[in-house]
Amino acid sequence: MSKDVLVVKNLNMHYETLAGDVHAVKNVSFSVKEGESFGLVGESGCGKTSVAMSLLQLQADNAKISSGSIVLDGQEMVGLTESELRKVRWDGISIVFQGAMNAWNPVVKIGEQIREAIREHYPNNSKDENTEKIKKLFDIVGLDHSNMNRFPHELSGGMKQRAVIALALSCDPKVVIADEPTTALDVVIQDQILKEIKKVQDLLGLSLIYISHDIAVIAEMTDQMAVMYAGSIVEIGPTDQVFSNPKHAYTKLLLESTPSVVGEKKKLRSLDGEPPSLIDEVAGCSFAPRCPDRDTSCNPTLDMELIESSSGHFVDICCSEGK
Amino acid sequence: MNKNVIEVKNLEKYFEVNSGFLNRNKSIVKAVDNISFEIPLGESLGLVGQSGCGKTTTARSLCLLDPKTNGEVKFYNTETKEMDDIDNLDETDLKKFRRNIQMIFQDPYESLNPRWTIKDIILEPLNIHNIGSLNDREEAVKEILTTVGLTPPENYMPRYPHELSGGQRQRVSIARTLVMKPKFVVCDEPTSMLDVSIRISIMDLMLNLAKDLEVSYLYITHDLAVARYMCNRIAVMFNGKIVEIAETEELLRNPVHPYTKRLISSIPVPDPQYQRQEYELNYDELDKIIKNNPDVDMVDIGGNHFIATHNVKDSLY
Repeated sequence: MSKDVLVVKNLNMHYETLAGDVHAVKNVSFSVKEGESFGLVGESGCGKTSVAMSLLQLQADNAKISSGSIVLDGQEMVGLTESELRKVRWDGISIVFQGAMNAWNPVVKIGEQIREAIREHYPNNSKDENTEKIKKLFDIVGLDHSNMNRFPHELSGGMKQRAVIALALSCDPKVVIADEPTTALDVVIQDQILKEIKKVQDLLGLSLIYISHDIAVIAEMTDQMAVMYAGSIVEIGPTDQVFSNPKHAYTKLLLESTPSVVGEKKKLRSLDGEPPSLIDEVAGCSFAPRCPDRDTSCNPTLDMELIESSSGHFVDICCSEGK
Repeated sequence: MNKNVIEVKNLEKYFEVNSGFLNRNKSIVKAVDNISFEIPLGESLGLVGQSGCGKTTTARSLCLLDPKTNGEVKFYNTETKEMDDIDNLDETDLKKFRRNIQMIFQDPYESLNPRWTIKDIILEPLNIHNIGSLNDREEAVKEILTTVGLTPPENYMPRYPHELSGGQRQRVSIARTLVMKPKFVVCDEPTSMLDVSIRISIMDLMLNLAKDLEVSYLYITHDLAVARYMCNRIAVMFNGKIVEIAETEELLRNPVHPYTKRLISSIPVPDPQYQRQEYELNYDELDKIIKNNPDVDMVDIGGNHFIATHNVKDSLY
């Protein structure tokens, strides 16, 4: 049994704004095992990226982690000083950003930008050692070595995204967060990048946190998954089980609103209304106002709490059988 | 005999690209290269392909936003019930033609004027085409807002685009398009910027409106799963050419052209148990074959299913 590399417990994070505190991450707990890939899915604004940024503690200045713990490989990350964090970032946990197009400094060559990250963490390496390292990274992600001496604008979108993956791997992290790495890309390129990520993960034994709004991609990429809604995890479990036996009304809706090219063509369900404002504290089930499956047995005022429905598969109390 | 809303024959759109010292090196990019298709009244055609394959250029040429280089575009005339060649239309007829052909753009955040109210935005095409009295126009705006689900319309009319969510903005785009009661609407990835849950409600709205108002869509997308939901037929485009065109289900079940196969094999399936079929495609080789055989020869392989053969039937398929 492999051990947990990353354990997040009761993480709360909010943004302080003039209109009030925006509670972007509410009581989020999950753990990621060695070599496992964990998916985080939900609509825009549900807090997926806020979770990712909290893990790296790269949030905006007005964001505060109010409580909770993030333990990476035995080390508590919450409360570390900036200089301590700089050592952990990239070395222990790194991120593949969403917009490959904007992730690069346009006036510095790709190779130099990756070299900068390596130099920061391995100051004693010689220049040649670093060059060798970058060449090896490029081989892993399927880029030609000549791309080291190119500027970002000379690369296509897919190549830039490959280079971003190389950058994320540059300091041999244990956990890599992929925050919608393929949303800006074409389907065929997306397919190539997904395969590349899978290959790299197997090759290096990485733990992967895959964030996406596309449930089809989550189905292909992950072993475990969590569904987020309005800052909270409403369902979490093995991907196979969540897909074959979804419990939460929101998960069911996500599954039934995704068109597919295989199988019978079926009527898709749509979701009306909008996610709640995260400024107001909502007691109980945050999905209740939009929930299409509400019935008399529902008690949306119950405080949110994940209940185990089958081994390893947890769902919010409002949609669990024992409500 | 079913009438077509639009017939396109050998449409070409070339762009001249200048480069080098004093722009002396001239080359031609064939963005749309000899494509033909037709859409029956009330039916929808999906145009799928990779970014940069010429989908949007095709759309813009059809809407006369960019003049075409060559080819013939015929459009159904609602008054005479005949097909009009758009090259033979004079100014007044062209204006009428434009009433019947409208476009919905990809990005609802950029395609609405931020300094206009929703009412102004939807009123503009009515004013340009001088339809009805001022009161009639206002009534039309209210009616169309109700149709697209922005109710009560009085609440939305004085608002500005920034006060609306992405899904609501796209509904305004649709309202602006349909207030002209067009016969043919070109939709350029209208849902790719929206969230999954909202995407379906916009797609359902468009399908219902197509049925009620008898509108045909040319639906441009790179996502075959979306095209399947929206369209009767699908045309697959590669490097400016249509390489395969067939009924939606037929195309998904029996793809013939290697590019179509590659495209279908690259769509993720929302089922962890499902194993996608791997299909590798040598783009350079396919590109070379197509370059060496510029004649497009669409062959019917039965069941209204056409493929481009590139004259090398055996090695390709």
